Amino acid sequence: MGDTVTAGSPPRAPDPRYRVVAGPEGYLSPAAAAMGIELPDEGYSLVEGESISDSLAPDIIAERLLEARNPTLFPGPLVLWGWSDASIRKARALQELVAEVPGMKMIPMPDYRPKYPKIDPAIEINPNHPNLTIWHNEIDVCVFAGVHCHFANIALKIIRSGTDCYTIALCGERGHEDAMVTMRDAGDVKVASITAAVRRLKAGGHDA
Amino acid sequence: MDVIKPAPGFEDILPLEYQELVADGPYGRSLGVKDLGTFKELIEDHPLCAGCNLTLSFRLLLASLPKPEDTLIVTTAGCFGVIHPQIALHASIAPFGTQNAFASGLTRAMRIRFPEKQKDVITIGGDGSFADIGMAPTTHSWFRGEKFASFMLDNECYANTGGQASGMTPEGVVLNMAPKGKSFDKIPFVEIAKLAGCAYVATASPTKPRQVESMVRRAILVAREVGPTFVRLACVCATNYKLTPIEAHRKSKELVSQTDEYMTEAAREYLESLEGAA
Ligand SMILES: Cc1ncc(C[n+]2csc(CCOP(=O)(O)OP(=O)(O)O)c2C)c(N)n1
Ligand code: SF4
Repeated sequence: MGDTVTAGSPPRAPDPRYRVVAGPEGYLSPAAAAMGIELPDEGYSLVEGESISDSLAPDIIAERLLEARNPTLFPGPLVLWGWSDASIRKARALQELVAEVPGMKMIPMPDYRPKYPKIDPAIEINPNHPNLTIWHNEIDVCVFAGVHCHFANIALKIIRSGTDCYTIALCGERGHEDAMVTMRDAGDVKVASITAAVRRLKAGGHDA
Repeated sequence: MDVIKPAPGFEDILPLEYQELVADGPYGRSLGVKDLGTFKELIEDHPLCAGCNLTLSFRLLLASLPKPEDTLIVTTAGCFGVIHPQIALHASIAPFGTQNAFASGLTRAMRIRFPEKQKDVITIGGDGSFADIGMAPTTHSWFRGEKFASFMLDNECYANTGGQASGMTPEGVVLNMAPKGKSFDKIPFVEIAKLAGCAYVATASPTKPRQVESMVRRAILVAREVGPTFVRLACVCATNYKLTPIEAHRKSKELVSQTDEYMTEAAREYLESLEGAA
């Protein structure tokens, strides 16, 4: 029978070699989920598709941000607009993180309109062509926060396909397997833990 | 009114367009056609032909919405499809001709999701997407009594695809891709809308902005409570009819020389109750 898949076959085993790493991966990256990468369980984060304890993720993210040439936060509609107390608290925590990372910028994703060709990639990002903003601003590490699930996954896939940008997703729900690093249930408290890690690393003499 | 408000600290990173919409947009304010030029519109610039009457109709329609912050637009393919991504409102694009099927589901979903709130779903399409390829989804949404307003931008041809004759093109009209002239007359679509169960049916011309406003509002209000509604906006295509913008404007005016407005008894009573209360 070889590789033939018949009705009732068990699902294909995850490809143990697949890693969610910076691209450019090609014209159409596969969805990480299709390559066997699963969302993290409660209390866990993903790094390049591998599940790690939540307690380890802030240091990894902090290091990435401090090493970056041009780290950038992309605040999405869920944090950019003042929907609720929780979104306002997360917005404030993200602003504190940006203030702590030397040279970190913010480029907003105010909504999901496919505004091409009207979009100005210097000042905003759009999930339908996020690569334009990354290329234009030469962003090497970016943080997604407050972007609804399917738009985040589309954007993260496009970024992996066409750019060499390292993607970090701080998701308020289950996480984003298409990012290189993702924390789930990431409200203001988890964002603050990343800011604390940045402070620790800086105090430890990290070459920022 | 706290409809659209950035989280504190993010105000300054919003692109200028959004800052202006927050400070001076039409959300939560009772603005209308007479206020054009004094507030930040839901659409500012567009890539369509200069002097296009369809675009003017679209602009007037957006300026006439009674509650823009609670309006969901469903459009489809057509010239206006190029404007659609730039409207500062919830706007979805349905496969060509299926806008009324899409809106039927969306309207029902909104009533379940927001039972305490009035969400106005509206469809906007061309004559092709309502009267030709989309005729079945359109008329069946009316037969079923789906409560939302439909707006046809009737430019009397398929403009977006280079000038084919549509069902709404008048007999004899020669277009780029109808070189022998249209072989039958305009489909009586306004009459079909009445027969199919619309509670309010009107024809307006962008050359009469206040009339457009009144008809758009009535259509949306009646759709909230009474039943489906339909407005045809007559806006002949300048480019495919090879008219100058002034000629196209004049032609759109001629097309609606008389106000054309029909409503059922229930719609009339409902509007009178609202307009009397106002
Ligand atoms: C199912 C389907 N058939 C055909 C098309 C091609 N198509 C796109 S727009 C269009 C004509 C649009 O005409 P109309 O609805 O009158 O809008 P206008 O372009 O005139 O504004 C056609 C045939 C399509 N997109 N989908
Ligand atoms: S082709 Fe006609 S309807 Fe389309 S944008 Fe141009 S003038 Fe307007």
